[in-house]
Amino acid sequence: MIYRSLALIALPALWTLLFVAIPAALILKISFAEPQLAQPPYTPLFEAGEYGLVLKAHLANYTLIFSDPLYIRALGNSLLYAGIATLCCLALGLAIARAVSCAAPRWQPLLLTLIILPFWTSFLIRVYAWIALLKPEGLINAALMGLGLIDEPLVMINTGFGVVIGMTYTYLPFAILPIYASLIGQSPRLTEAAVDLGASPIAAFWLVTVPLARSGILAAGLMVFIPTVGEFVIPDLLGGSATIMLGQALWSEFFSNRDWTMASALAVILTILLLAPALILQRLELGSRPGMKK
Amino acid sequence: MPLLNIQGVSKYYGDETAVDNLDLEVEEGESLVLLGPSGCGKSTLLRMIAGLEMPDEGKILLDNQDITRLPPHKRPINMMFQSYALFPHLSVRDNIAFGLRREGMASAEIARRVDEAMAMLEIGNYGNRKPHQLSGGQQQRVALARALVKRPRLLLLDEPLGALDKRLRQQTQAELRKLNRQTGIAFVFVTHDNDEAMALADRIAVMQAGRLRQVDHPRRIYDRPVDRFVATLMADANLFESIVVEEAEDMVHARCGELELQFRADGIPRPADSYQLLGLRLEQIEVSRDPLPKGPNTASGTVIDIDYIGDMTTIEVRLSDNQIVKASQLNALHEPLIELDETVWLTWEADALVPLADA
Amino acid sequence: MKRLGSIHITALTFGLAFLYLPILLVVIFSFNASKLVTVWGGFSLHWYGVLFSNSAYLEAALNSLKIATTAATIATLLGTLGALVLTRLGRFPGRQAIGGFMLAPMVLPEVILGVSTLMLFVSLGIERGLLTVALAHATFGAAFVLVIVQSKLVSLDPNLEAAARDLGAGPVQAFLLVTVPSLAPALVAGWLLAFTLSLDDVVVASFVNGPGATTLPVRVYSAVRLGVSPEINAISTILLVVVSAVVIMASLLQKQALMRDQR
Repeated sequence: MIYRSLALIALPALWTLLFVAIPAALILKISFAEPQLAQPPYTPLFEAGEYGLVLKAHLANYTLIFSDPLYIRALGNSLLYAGIATLCCLALGLAIARAVSCAAPRWQPLLLTLIILPFWTSFLIRVYAWIALLKPEGLINAALMGLGLIDEPLVMINTGFGVVIGMTYTYLPFAILPIYASLIGQSPRLTEAAVDLGASPIAAFWLVTVPLARSGILAAGLMVFIPTVGEFVIPDLLGGSATIMLGQALWSEFFSNRDWTMASALAVILTILLLAPALILQRLELGSRPGMKK
Repeated sequence: MPLLNIQGVSKYYGDETAVDNLDLEVEEGESLVLLGPSGCGKSTLLRMIAGLEMPDEGKILLDNQDITRLPPHKRPINMMFQSYALFPHLSVRDNIAFGLRREGMASAEIARRVDEAMAMLEIGNYGNRKPHQLSGGQQQRVALARALVKRPRLLLLDEPLGALDKRLRQQTQAELRKLNRQTGIAFVFVTHDNDEAMALADRIAVMQAGRLRQVDHPRRIYDRPVDRFVATLMADANLFESIVVEEAEDMVHARCGELELQFRADGIPRPADSYQLLGLRLEQIEVSRDPLPKGPNTASGTVIDIDYIGDMTTIEVRLSDNQIVKASQLNALHEPLIELDETVWLTWEADALVPLADA
Repeated sequence: MKRLGSIHITALTFGLAFLYLPILLVVIFSFNASKLVTVWGGFSLHWYGVLFSNSAYLEAALNSLKIATTAATIATLLGTLGALVLTRLGRFPGRQAIGGFMLAPMVLPEVILGVSTLMLFVSLGIERGLLTVALAHATFGAAFVLVIVQSKLVSLDPNLEAAARDLGAGPVQAFLLVTVPSLAPALVAGWLLAFTLSLDDVVVASFVNGPGATTLPVRVYSAVRLGVSPEINAISTILLVVVSAVVIMASLLQKQALMRDQR
């Protein structure tokens, strides 16, 4: 029995050790090194000294991240755009999930499928589609100018607006599903009771429906926030130089500056940033959700 | 002028008719029970009074004001839901205060009213608890307090005792009667339980298939049901599908197999040879071991089944034409017990026979 | 019979329009005869012709398919094993660590997955190519498969295998004859998800691919960076059609299996 268990564990355990744990350790190690013109292009963490191995940890990368305006801006932008996109997704997600949960039960599976379907189509294409919409000679500007609403094209691409709209668009389905799940678990009698006691339908929604869906809303927020903080493709295609985010900073350190140590340090910072939200999300997904089905 | 006046209200769900052209009045301060089997439309009717469903036809007037299209949050009518529908994220206090806050009442006044309601329902100690920390009976009281604290013109209660166990149910019935008298608020209950209806009601409205069959005082509903449905809904009854022989002065003679039946005429003409359904409650029959002379409203036969239910004994008697008549008796201490296969004589008064409509 | 309020209809209409209009416009403009991407110049299949005569795209597409197939298959195997380890072996030391590390690629940004996996290949001296991309994709695909299979395993009646054992099947037989068939829809869904994720990935592939192992998204991405072109509209449309067809087919298969089970 024990051998069978070991055989079962062996492959996934070794695989994750090799492809997740060791690479993470490598990144951590390299982040404390300094770049050098050699192969590999960074200093070793331990060096042979007079009395055996000497630990040579450099904190230069980390001090630079928290002092150089470029990195501080990247950090700020990451949190700002991910935060705004999360709020947008929650607002839209709440409205759409609510509408789906109020639809006739036989329509709900179809509506949900329609909402998830874009997720199955190429991410890259969906972001690309927004370039054609947002650029100065793009479709939105053409339409607005055609209607005579504006005289000059609006600058939407290469701005924070473009980044946020791209993120909102891409991750909206992630927000709708958990909110829908927590709404559909609520007894319709609860909102009826609120209305019966004198709450207008809008008051009933904010005072009863939303508080009871809070765990679903929190999960939805995290499911948008976590991937958007480290996003690379969206800010790269829809943003500009002023909207640089951490993922882009990492990318350019690695590919343009060939500074593997800085790229690694940025990866460590990004991971730490996501640690708390990821743990909360995990607890939410695993734990039962009180307030539902009651 | 009635407090609530329901005029020709109908509600359809697709092809199904849930409530069918129904008229009903509710008087100030009374306790009215809507009684009927599940799916008879009683809950739909209640929800239309609350404003949670809109009638497809007809009008609902409250204090002579048309409230048919008034949304639920603007009606001075509150409801106690079957599942209680307590807000799980709010404390007991906040649940009860919910409705008053919507009225924009001053917080001191709200606190006073909530305290008063919690004291009235003896839940004063649970103010800070969440609903899931309460027992079923306590939850029921919170739901009641939450609706009553608004001092509605009319309180609707959807199967209020359904979730309680038997002992608690009887105790709560008495308390609901008391609250009804104390507050002077009219109560409209919905239930499928006839005992509960009898215990709670000033008047019972029996519903079936979206229509009212009979609206009357509980005693009248039990003793003088109008049709087969109402007669059997309330309690077991012998039903005689009889043929009228003749109508003589204030008595009608009828025949059902070998039985000669005689009942009091009620002004409705009954020509000879017409069909008439007659109901006879089990406890209205007197059972005797001593032979009785043959005549109207008597029968004799063999005991084929005996059922002791504590204080009562119900027997089934097979007559010589194979008709079966059921009778029940109070169990007296010194009377010898009736035994199977014994021959017994049955007799009853003409007033015990109730002519029933049979549709 | 509920009737939707106007607010809800507005929300749904706006939401679905928001989700579908951008994609729809890409498809429409792929049939545009004009080179200008905002002006309609009449219907034409011109750009599809241009695309199919471009061998670089075809080669990249072939690479992507190879990688996605390999990665999805490895991911399904790994993810299923992982799900079994986490649900069937009870508590053992290291269980949490295995679970945590297996799921980590799901929440870690792609740039981190890319750079860290590359560091591994570099320090092991592994030549980069199709295989390295497939291995990296299998690692994050496995996390998604694990979640899908695990939720199915948890919902399975534990008495099913016990019943099979009771009727004389050995543990392996019981697993293969009873558990695997009931897991099949989850396995298919997991494989498809891993396949699509691999087919869709730009970032990780950019880090770990080598010469001659350029995938379609990487190729498209470098073109997109240069701007919108009708050629990319055409390739997007083809990808959309292929992926939708696969997804619709899979969901139909699953529905059929479900109906067969219910009979």
